[in-house]
Amino acid sequence: MFKYFPHTEEDIKQMLDKIGLKHLNELFNPIPNEIQKRASLNLEEGLSERELVRNMHLISNKNKHLQIFRGAGAYDHYIPSAISSLISRSEFMTSYTPYQPEISQGTLQYIFEFQSYICELTGMDVANASVYDGATATAEAMFMATSHTKKDKILVSKTVNPSVLEVVKTYAKFRNIKVVEVEEKEGRTSINDLQNHSDYAGLIVQQPNYYGLIESYEEIGQLVHENKGLFIMNSDPSILGVLKSPREFKADIAVGEGQSLGLPLSFGGAYVGYMATTEALTRKMPGRICGITKDVQGNRAFVLTLQAREQHIRRAKANSNICSNQSLNALWVSIYLSLMGPSGLKAVNEQTYTNSHYLKEQLLKTKLFKPVHDDNFIKEFVLEANFDIKRAEEKLLDKGYLTGLNIKDNLVLFAVTEKYGKEDIDQFVEVLSNVIR
Amino acid sequence: MLYDKLIFELSSPSRVGHDLKHETNNLSKLPANLLRDNLDLPEVTEPDVVRHYTNVSMKNFGVDTGFYPLGSCTMKYNPKINDQMASLSGFSGLHPLTPNSASQGALQILHETDSMLAEITGMAKFSLAPFAGAQGELTGLMIIKQYHTVQGDLKRTKIIVPDSAHGTNPASASVAGYEVIEVKSNLDGTVNIESLKELMSDEVAGIMLTNPNTLGIFEKDILKIREIVHGQGGLLYYDGANLNALLGHAKPGHMGFDIVHLNVHKTFSTPHGGGGPGAGPVGVTKALIEYLPGPIVVKDNDAFVFYTPKHSIGRIGTFYGNFSVIVRTNSYIKTLGKNNLENVGNYAVLNANYIKESLKDDYLLPIETVCMHEVVFDGLKDKSTGVKTLDVAKRLLDYGVHPPTIYFPMLFHESLMVEPVETESKETLDHFISIMRQIALEARENPEIVKSAPHTTVVGRLDEVLAARQPRLKFKDN
Amino acid sequence: MRYYTKTDEWVKVEGLKATVGLSKHAVTELGDIVFIDLPSVGDTYKKGEAFGAVESVKAASDIYMPIGGVVVSVNEALIASPELLNQDPLKQFLIEIEEFNVVELEDLKKE
Repeated sequence: MFKYFPHTEEDIKQMLDKIGLKHLNELFNPIPNEIQKRASLNLEEGLSERELVRNMHLISNKNKHLQIFRGAGAYDHYIPSAISSLISRSEFMTSYTPYQPEISQGTLQYIFEFQSYICELTGMDVANASVYDGATATAEAMFMATSHTKKDKILVSKTVNPSVLEVVKTYAKFRNIKVVEVEEKEGRTSINDLQNHSDYAGLIVQQPNYYGLIESYEEIGQLVHENKGLFIMNSDPSILGVLKSPREFKADIAVGEGQSLGLPLSFGGAYVGYMATTEALTRKMPGRICGITKDVQGNRAFVLTLQAREQHIRRAKANSNICSNQSLNALWVSIYLSLMGPSGLKAVNEQTYTNSHYLKEQLLKTKLFKPVHDDNFIKEFVLEANFDIKRAEEKLLDKGYLTGLNIKDNLVLFAVTEKYGKEDIDQFVEVLSNVIR
Repeated sequence: MLYDKLIFELSSPSRVGHDLKHETNNLSKLPANLLRDNLDLPEVTEPDVVRHYTNVSMKNFGVDTGFYPLGSCTMKYNPKINDQMASLSGFSGLHPLTPNSASQGALQILHETDSMLAEITGMAKFSLAPFAGAQGELTGLMIIKQYHTVQGDLKRTKIIVPDSAHGTNPASASVAGYEVIEVKSNLDGTVNIESLKELMSDEVAGIMLTNPNTLGIFEKDILKIREIVHGQGGLLYYDGANLNALLGHAKPGHMGFDIVHLNVHKTFSTPHGGGGPGAGPVGVTKALIEYLPGPIVVKDNDAFVFYTPKHSIGRIGTFYGNFSVIVRTNSYIKTLGKNNLENVGNYAVLNANYIKESLKDDYLLPIETVCMHEVVFDGLKDKSTGVKTLDVAKRLLDYGVHPPTIYFPMLFHESLMVEPVETESKETLDHFISIMRQIALEARENPEIVKSAPHTTVVGRLDEVLAARQPRLKFKDN
Repeated sequence: MRYYTKTDEWVKVEGLKATVGLSKHAVTELGDIVFIDLPSVGDTYKKGEAFGAVESVKAASDIYMPIGGVVVSVNEALIASPELLNQDPLKQFLIEIEEFNVVELEDLKKE
């Protein structure tokens, strides 16, 4: 008997009797014999829990434990302790999509709270219950723009994370949407180059951009609107805690990656994408949306709404095929924001700013780097290295450090969060200088 | 008692739930026109937060709470060891852009899971990147398109989908830029072969199928379907939502499928999480490996490395998919192993047929033949009192059972689809059967109590029309 | 005299103007209507082209032109209160059009 299977010999006999069959195999008669006889699995026998734990520990120990000075879309922020026990509650973990709202008020309520949080951070009128990640959220925003304007060209700033751009290109290719890149100037989106373009569905930008720089998007947003396009901003939601909101920059759609709101790095996933938009574009936004209503007794309650937009009803006419969200991670992020509040987000960004600017200063002092951009950044910055970056990276890994990312040529993108202290930074810089000389 | 507080309603100015200090005011060094003036988030303490979310959780129902026979969703037991393995610090603390030499453990997890899923499904290679089943479908369709394009076969603009298919199938096909044509089903939901022969042409890129189909019936003509579609240069795509029925008895790769997507949150026990995160790995035959979304993991001598396939459809996510979910998948497969995986289909199909035989006197059974892992009823047998499937579902809530899937598949007007997974005991099934019989009795003798259900849940039936007509979608709309 | 399409729209001609609406059958099938998407005055559509959409809790449907024309007025009341359509689908028009061709009525069902 196996610990997850309850069927005893007696159970099986009684059930087969009820069905009117003699052997389990008879249930599979519809499957052609030539398929059934090849069905045997060439896998190991099941491991006991003790053996499994040993196996998995051995594998996980092959990953190095590192002090992390790299970002580029995934950030090593501190994760408050109260989150994991709350999201592990089995009523949250083992429930499914709230299609029966009467017994899913828990899920529906936290989705509603998540939507409200995203609206507050982005300044938008409505947010959905989350999507897979920041990059797919950006691709979905592109579809919203092309569908709304009926134009098949989308502009993307060259200062957007290249991996995000790749995902947008993948999605665009299959719908015959043309992706055109807007040039950068001194690390920021070039408004001069933007003026060369016309007749587009919208422009996608990132805030802070890939180089960590904060861009001032007022003029750019205006120009996009003059061209009847939609202005789409992909923003780090943690930094939105102190930065002007996408709405204030006149964005029509706000999207982004929620990982920086307390989700573990976990080798790239599971993360959570957010999408928010203006009232006018509400019905163009894909994904689940939760709303408030009343029950028959007049109690306030929550329910999935505007579902007629979704794939299970519109089928071939749906704007998107997205079925699920990243529910549990939306909950994770909501709990993080509840614990942090406005003062916590401010403190995270304040400490991150202090750390990153100190790191830049100390790295420049080593004379191994040259500055590249200005100082309007909070979490990440680029320096130009004058040594062999690849060799240094490997040596630093041996010493327990994940150094900045070599993004192109001799440029290195460094990041540091509030999780680290002055001593950690000093030690890193010292080890780095020693390793190079 | 209904806990009815929103986190925003617990707020009081100057309360904090964190202990971060900031003695500096360095942000003010940034230009003022880049900074915001105001952030209206709730100010609450840590105990407030814990109590709030604990109470919110108690308004939910999960697999751990009780029987959850949602057809098509495979709500099986989520082993806790899998969650523990996913949170090992060697996995959870690893940055995705860590060079290969320092992330061999993570790459090994990806490679092992890929190989194990390939063995289970009879395919050659998997990408673990798709974040969900729907994205897996889209990926599969993009691969089909890329394949035909690279072969120079540009006139294939259509995809065939059975009229019994789940809504994501035609939606995914549309998003991938295809025209969707529906093939008629027989009365048991299986593909009508004559109808398929008429539709198949050299303008059709492929067919999307799930087997067993959405009615829980095995497509016994699958090899004929393969012949017809392959015969005119099309590809076969397998929607793996119903794979649970086949474990131990059939591999999609042996049925002629060229591309497969799996739902690990269904067949491979990863928690549904209220709607995600799951994962939808995509597997292909040898001929299609170079079209997979990149990067995939391959072995280079003794080391694991990333590789971008030559004709890859491109990247479908910033990094490599829902890694923490893949760790759980890996852990589950190792725990079950060959011996137990080969029994999953046996017990799942046994359970469904037991339910079928036990309820067919009270509920209308449109398809008499042996079903696979799920069974579809078309509402009550006796509809004379006007009790609908929706009412039956709501009345089940009063008895502490999560209702089966309702109103899908759309082939029947009063669909009720029950999937009693292999981790459910005969006692649980007998209990469910007696409740369903009780409700059928109530429908005859006291229909009002069914039509106005639920009565004992924290909230009663909800006004969905109000929610859609006057949308209030965030706290400030309240 | 109304003319019905196979997709459940009707058109009623009154001199140089024509009104377009949804059939009783369509509205009953949809259930409680929660949202209507209508075009702007001045928009032009061909016969058979989708000019709007109607949404209920359980379904969403495009609405197609029974005959081609230019939109000269839109039933604003329906946008604010879509439930009016449930109350009396034959009394509520969706749009009024001009510059149509009566020849296009020929393949529609007269009632």
